[in-house]
Amino acid sequence: MPAYILRRLIQSALILLGVSFITFVLLYILPADPVRQIAGRSATAETVASIRSQLGLDKPFIVQYGTYLWNLLGGDLGRSYLQKTEVGALLVSRLPATLLLMVAAIFCELAIGLTLGMIAALYRGRPLDNVLMLGSFVSVSAPQFVVALLLLYVFAVKLGWFPIGGYGTFAHLVLPALTLGILGSGWYSRIMRSSMLDVLRADFIRTARAKGLNRTRVILAHVLPNAILPVIAMVGIDIGMFMSGIVVVESVFGWPGIGQLAWQAIQRVDIPIIMGVTLVSAFAIVLGNLLADLIAPLIDPRIRLR
Amino acid sequence: MKKLLLSTALAALMAVPAFAQSDEPKLGGNMIVTYKDDVATLDPAIGYDWQNWSMIKSVFDGLMDYEPGTTVLRPGLAESHTLSDDGLTYTFNLRQGVKFHNGRAMTANDVVYSLNRVVNPATQSPGQGFFSMIEGFDAAAAGEADGLSGVTAPDANTVVIKLSRPDATFLHIMALNFSFVVPKEVVEAEGADFGKKPVGTGAFKLTEWSLGQRLTFEKNPDYWISGVPYLDSFTVEVGQEPIVALLRAQNGEVDIPGDGIPPAKFVEVMNDPEQAALVVEGGQLHTGYVTMNVTAAPFDKVEVRRAVNMAINKDRIVQVINGRAVPATQPLPPTMPGYTKDYAGYAYDPEAAKKLLADAGFADGFETELFVMNTDPNPRIAQAIQQDLKAIGINAAIKSLAQANVIEAGGTGTAPMIWSGGMAWIADFPDPANFYGPILGCGGAVEGGWNWAKYCNEELDAKAAEADSIVDPARSDERLKMWSDIYMAVMEDAPWAPVFNEQRFTMKSARLGGDDALFVDPVSIPVNYDYVFIKE
Repeated sequence: MPAYILRRLIQSALILLGVSFITFVLLYILPADPVRQIAGRSATAETVASIRSQLGLDKPFIVQYGTYLWNLLGGDLGRSYLQKTEVGALLVSRLPATLLLMVAAIFCELAIGLTLGMIAALYRGRPLDNVLMLGSFVSVSAPQFVVALLLLYVFAVKLGWFPIGGYGTFAHLVLPALTLGILGSGWYSRIMRSSMLDVLRADFIRTARAKGLNRTRVILAHVLPNAILPVIAMVGIDIGMFMSGIVVVESVFGWPGIGQLAWQAIQRVDIPIIMGVTLVSAFAIVLGNLLADLIAPLIDPRIRLR
Repeated sequence: MKKLLLSTALAALMAVPAFAQSDEPKLGGNMIVTYKDDVATLDPAIGYDWQNWSMIKSVFDGLMDYEPGTTVLRPGLAESHTLSDDGLTYTFNLRQGVKFHNGRAMTANDVVYSLNRVVNPATQSPGQGFFSMIEGFDAAAAGEADGLSGVTAPDANTVVIKLSRPDATFLHIMALNFSFVVPKEVVEAEGADFGKKPVGTGAFKLTEWSLGQRLTFEKNPDYWISGVPYLDSFTVEVGQEPIVALLRAQNGEVDIPGDGIPPAKFVEVMNDPEQAALVVEGGQLHTGYVTMNVTAAPFDKVEVRRAVNMAINKDRIVQVINGRAVPATQPLPPTMPGYTKDYAGYAYDPEAAKKLLADAGFADGFETELFVMNTDPNPRIAQAIQQDLKAIGINAAIKSLAQANVIEAGGTGTAPMIWSGGMAWIADFPDPANFYGPILGCGGAVEGGWNWAKYCNEELDAKAAEADSIVDPARSDERLKMWSDIYMAVMEDAPWAPVFNEQRFTMKSARLGGDDALFVDPVSIPVNYDYVFIKE
């Protein structure tokens, strides 16, 4: 087990190194000049050259990347070109909001997705199953912006049950988490349904029924623990999906997470922020997958980590 | 030395009627303003977004200022000033008893420090270039000198600024955010974080900044203009989608949605009399234009550029954006001094345009590219222009890119045509000179410059320099006439097709008071925080 974790950690570090390299290359070859964004529209060529040299952007690619990595190893993510603030401080100020929303959203996804998936499996082939699967299809294809605004309009503006966007209390969290929950639940309900159908057909379930256990006990004690495994792996992958999809929801609900930070930085070619957000997101994905792999054997003893 | 009486001398530059109070201001209360984007910085040497521009104006002051709601200069931290006969030496007499938010008295040394700081290359100020008329600029900007040799403080209440050339825009530069006065000890203690922990002499002081959430500004009780500001505080909430901000405003939770009314909701709001009554409309020192790269075929031919000017149906484009603009006839917007009122611009005439193209040897038209920023409504406007051009035989492929990419393409000269929307010129200060140098002058027509047409007419550059050397306020009409002539000559050469001048529509809550002009203040966008108040 410790050897496994160590190997995975080394792999993770290599992945992050790769991500940092690819992002750095993409930003380097991007046909947009961050120095022009800093220098403003009235700057002379001399001013632009001076800023370029101060930021080290006149150096060869490999030197720029090497410097970035070296600083990164020292825990320094650099300073935002335009805000002049430390990227670390910007990330720290926004990360809690994103993590909170992510946890709440995964809870909503699981609560909605697993419940509907189970019902669909138990009513397989019947109209209810068809309706639920159609619903899951709609939920994963619905545009985030539309669902977010719809929930906001109905539950905040019209009914007044929740605040119209913002951050700080549990009430603020409900609608953004529910939006992400509804949108992501379709994947879970489909996975849960097919996983349950597999398990329901298994011999040990027939045995359990044959020895006279009631239906509820069979489902809770025997079907669920066995059907839930693919779902756990799915959560690991889902964290990555969140990092890419959370921008819109954060924006509609005025949720001060890192998605908003990234969006603004991309508009203005603020490279240190883009790098910082990318690395944090990549780290979250790697960590999510690692945790999912570590949790799996705790639920299913047949899985061994080697 | 001749004494200048500011109020009378500069009245000639007036573009907007003087500010008048409609209601008796009430003291107290908090106003809530929202924005989508986070505020980048409140450092006056760095901040250059329209969003933080007016916040910086409320936290800091400069030697000069504007009458609220107008483009008329008035004294700021300098109570008065004189100009030498050769037009090269300004002597500013500072107001006594002005204190920074940390309680320290502001002195002439702070003014000297602030100007040196903005020009120092280590500051990386986007406003550095505005100070090029001050003596010693080149050495200071290159980092070869400690500061500007032309800026001195003979005593604690006097600042003397020597220029290397007479410049009629200088007092506007002294009212520009970049020249605002900062306290040296705080800037040095905070370093790069000064932009998040600003200390100035302004009407409001920043008391809270939750990154990504909100900024709270509280009234400065020691502000040097007595009775101002009227509000106890104002809160800027960031990270709010314009559509959500509008919903909140309609719900009474927000006083001003800072990003304005979203295009998709504009007609609905304006058709509802109750909501429309809360919208203040005003001019803006803005022009949206199509640039044509004059250094490369086919736009190196003036006939082609004129044909494009005649092919674009500006009225229809104004309709495309729900009438939120007025058709433009020339580079200057109508509210700018020096605007030529009796010039109608190129008339929409596709037939004449076709004939011009044929004369230029393009009877069958040609293929080209139109670059545009990829946020609404710009791609829609580009499509309208594309259709207009198609009607005269020009096939323009639309290149819809992120702002930074379009600016890059414009700067390097690889874009034959650019629709300026989203990056268009909004004046830094209300003077016709500001619409020329960087975007139409030879200085901007370099690699990376903002003169995307790469238009360089040395004769006009010389005339512009001559106009700006007229510093005698008594001759300001003559100066404005020269500027008007310059822009008419530009229209003759047609490096741009001016399309429209955007109007501003500010929505405000019913409880907000203050003259309408404050809500469409030409220099404080979206609103002049110091002078608005809450009625009940």
